[in-house]
Amino acid sequence: MNAQLAKYAAKLAATGLCAPGDVLMAALDDELAWSAEHDPRQPLMESVFAGLNISALLLARPAGVYQAVMAELVRQALADGGGTGQGSITPGDCETRTFLHDLPVVDSLTADGIIQALRQRKGCVVLHEGEALVAAFGTVSPEQAYVTMSSMCFACFVAYFADHLRTLRAGAMTDQRRASFARIKALLPEDRGDIDGLPDLLPGPFDSEDAARAAIIQAGRHTVEYGLVDSYFGNISYRLPATGQGTGSETILISQTGSSLDELGPCIDPCRMDDGSCAGITASSEYSAHKAVYEAEMASDSAGAGARAMLHGHPRFSVIVSLDCERLDCPKLGECHRACDTPRAVSDNASGLSIPIVPGEVGTGPFGLCNTLPPALADTTGDATGHGRGAIVYGHGLFTLGAVDFRDAFQALMDVEHFCRAEYFRRVAQLDAG
Amino acid sequence: MFGWTGAILRVDLGTGARDVLRLPKAVYHDYLGGKGLGGFLLRDHATLAPGDPALPLIIAVGPLNATIAPTSGRCHLTTRSPLTGAVADSSAGGRLGTELARAGWDAVLIVGRAMRPTGIEIDDADVRLLDASALVGLDTQEIFARLRQHRPKGSIAATGPAADTGCLFASLIVDTHHAAGRCGLGLAAGQKNLKYIAVHGTGRRKVADLAGLKAAREDILRLTAASPALMGQHGFSCFGTGSIFDLMDSRRMMPTDNFARTRFPGAEHLNAHAYKARYQPRRHGCQGCHVLCKKIAADGRSMPEFETMSHFTALIGNTDLELVMQAGDLCNRLGLDTISAGSTLACYREVTGQNLSGERVLELLTGMGTGCGPGAELAVGSAKYSRAQGRPELSMSVKGLELPAYDPRGAYGMALAYAICARGGCHLRAYPISHEILRKPVATDRFSFSGKARIVKIAEDANAVVDSLIACKFLFFAASLEEYARAFTAVTGVAATAQDLLLIGERIDYQERLMNARNGFSAKDDDLPPRFFAEEGSSGPGLPIPPVPRADFLACRAAYYRIRGLTPDGLPTRETAERLGLPWFDNSIAR
Repeated sequence: MNAQLAKYAAKLAATGLCAPGDVLMAALDDELAWSAEHDPRQPLMESVFAGLNISALLLARPAGVYQAVMAELVRQALADGGGTGQGSITPGDCETRTFLHDLPVVDSLTADGIIQALRQRKGCVVLHEGEALVAAFGTVSPEQAYVTMSSMCFACFVAYFADHLRTLRAGAMTDQRRASFARIKALLPEDRGDIDGLPDLLPGPFDSEDAARAAIIQAGRHTVEYGLVDSYFGNISYRLPATGQGTGSETILISQTGSSLDELGPCIDPCRMDDGSCAGITASSEYSAHKAVYEAEMASDSAGAGARAMLHGHPRFSVIVSLDCERLDCPKLGECHRACDTPRAVSDNASGLSIPIVPGEVGTGPFGLCNTLPPALADTTGDATGHGRGAIVYGHGLFTLGAVDFRDAFQALMDVEHFCRAEYFRRVAQLDAG
Repeated sequence: MFGWTGAILRVDLGTGARDVLRLPKAVYHDYLGGKGLGGFLLRDHATLAPGDPALPLIIAVGPLNATIAPTSGRCHLTTRSPLTGAVADSSAGGRLGTELARAGWDAVLIVGRAMRPTGIEIDDADVRLLDASALVGLDTQEIFARLRQHRPKGSIAATGPAADTGCLFASLIVDTHHAAGRCGLGLAAGQKNLKYIAVHGTGRRKVADLAGLKAAREDILRLTAASPALMGQHGFSCFGTGSIFDLMDSRRMMPTDNFARTRFPGAEHLNAHAYKARYQPRRHGCQGCHVLCKKIAADGRSMPEFETMSHFTALIGNTDLELVMQAGDLCNRLGLDTISAGSTLACYREVTGQNLSGERVLELLTGMGTGCGPGAELAVGSAKYSRAQGRPELSMSVKGLELPAYDPRGAYGMALAYAICARGGCHLRAYPISHEILRKPVATDRFSFSGKARIVKIAEDANAVVDSLIACKFLFFAASLEEYARAFTAVTGVAATAQDLLLIGERIDYQERLMNARNGFSAKDDDLPPRFFAEEGSSGPGLPIPPVPRADFLACRAAYYRIRGLTPDGLPTRETAERLGLPWFDNSIAR
């Protein structure tokens, strides 16, 4: 258990969500174990454990831009709470809507306040001495608390920047808010792609399962390292040709549900495209979408070729831009994630980039992105050389394709995010000036 | 009250008396319904011997029944098991729960023994007892066919020949394709001469906050849509519970040859895909469920659930799909629990050293379910049978209840959960498969006991709530009590969080342990068959399946006892009982 605590505390630091030492994690089986001994926060967390039927707990001070946006959002939520000392942040991104629902906030760092908030949801934001802290729990393992914390940081980041643009569009910007935004913008880390360029990914095509697995593991790890996805979200797959010795069916190798893209290792499921096995029951929630995309690719290519690699990340500004819409009086407002029928895209005439934005919820169901993403991707052609094929699912993330390996898919992920980041600030500047 | 009617129908089959039992509102708040209410109604009578006419059989619904809360159509049955002597309870699908709730009843409490086989027919407040002698000896398909002639609407639960003839693991079949399968609940009904219960309700549950319930429902549906296990292309909705079969094979934890091995050669040809291709099943489900995991073959037979698929192949050395279909169908007709039946066959096979032909399997099942001919001696279950043969170690059971189709050498949380489960060898009370195999809510190391004691305890509490609200445990591969607490509050108007419900779940679980302790159960019964600690499973390249480490198991069980508030011998304490608001009797714990 101690190893798990140390691992997830270190991951929070490694991904820049917390400074080392600013997170304390604990796990309770019949005895408490801590990620750090003799920490002054231990008595508080022991009291929280005493008030909840849980097995893991996290208390962390987010760092950098996450600290800044969370502090802004928690202050706003408390103000909206009308002096009750409580309230909630309700981000509009897909993962929050699906898994976290909303984020309760607390106005002081007390065990009772945290207990009351965590009785409602998996995690909460605490305003303490002007700073935001995050508390999150798990009933199975410390990983749950880590995932919740990571997801909250992502959700608050997206919520803050999306809300800023929305406020500008509504003509409700204030000088105070503008000043806060300038301060927060200055905290944004540089785009990793601008610093390091494209990682050195394995060249395809891959004809063996071992080679394809190695490429998936490598691309997944880089997707996390480049900040293009958080916690255990995102997914990745490769379509492996049928072999003479095998079943005669092509196989989709896909990351498992709830797997971290930087730790895929054995967490890749081989799923026969003829559905001759149910081994993919642990595959990603988006397996249906991946499979439909590959089927469309094969159908559209007379030789049965088409894209073999698919990468799905949650690049922040791609998600934020997907949430931005000029139609503030749209009758479907509030239902955009599943009912938007307006053709939308992010486009860059200079580079030929054209990425559709489609609605769709996680997984299957009548509003599932498995219905909207495949036709959107099928309609993409990429640039003149066929590179840069991808689609954004509203408030969710970006799916990109590669013809034979993950180099194209990763490049597209980076390029779209790079463009969306610039496009976001272009829109802010334009609206603020206007 | 919203969510409950406050009315419990009490039927004395011995006298024919029917009256209405009304409990204080606090009982509903403290025990919810379903499993919790059933335990509450049983506990004062829990030491009565199985078969004692005064021992109640309770069929209870919960506050979510007959509402739009997803998967709220089930009901829960509770009594003392004729098979194990422990508390017996089982969730049952179909429409019985919905109909009972619509008829205005929170539960039906049945006591006494009728002079002759009897049916209880409930139409809202109208309750009648009918002579069911003509149904004795008929298989359940015939019983349903006859009863449907005069009761085309509503739900029917009936016992088959197995209950008529005293099989200790007789089940109660609900609406043709569903069952309260485990612990011999069918025999518990049979011992009262209760042949069937038919219910039709026309009322509606009162809901305090319909908008709030719709919001909770939407959250739950969104989560299930995101669940590959439930709604994915390889999940329950498409392939039924049999979709787990391939995983059990690839994880090398498929119980094979009476749990002597953990991998069955040829299993890849016996998976859910193979059944789907051969039998062209259609989707079917319990009332109020959108997953529709139940499958019915084109010829009308129920498709086998995962446990039936596994136990009637790997466990007994069979590779014929059609035999599985026939065996499953025969069990349903006779009213036999397929898990206990399959496991008892496997025990017989190992004790006798006989390989079982298809014809022999069907012959032995017929004997179990009719009490005559070959197989009749197996109607007592594997524990009593193997003991009688001088080979008690060959019963793969806990507390006398046969183990389901997850080998504990492949999932240590499952090993603990089997051992300490109050009703015996059951996978559903803590359901560690969720995290140890299906990776929900996050994956855990299936070959480690680290953290498992508390995980199992919390999961038992949570699932006790699920069986009391009522909902289907499968939904909790995706949703959690966080969402269902909001549904509960919206229905009842009673403010409650997931943590509030977990405390209720802890009370419900401990209530069962109090009853078991009064009947002599202790740590000696919270154990696995010795095979699992001594014999290696079917290890493969890079995937060793060693025996369960005994010392680690015992340490984890001891930790579980501390977390659950039990003594080192697994017995309840006055302190914990009082903390949970449960009555304590000085002489309540058998020594």
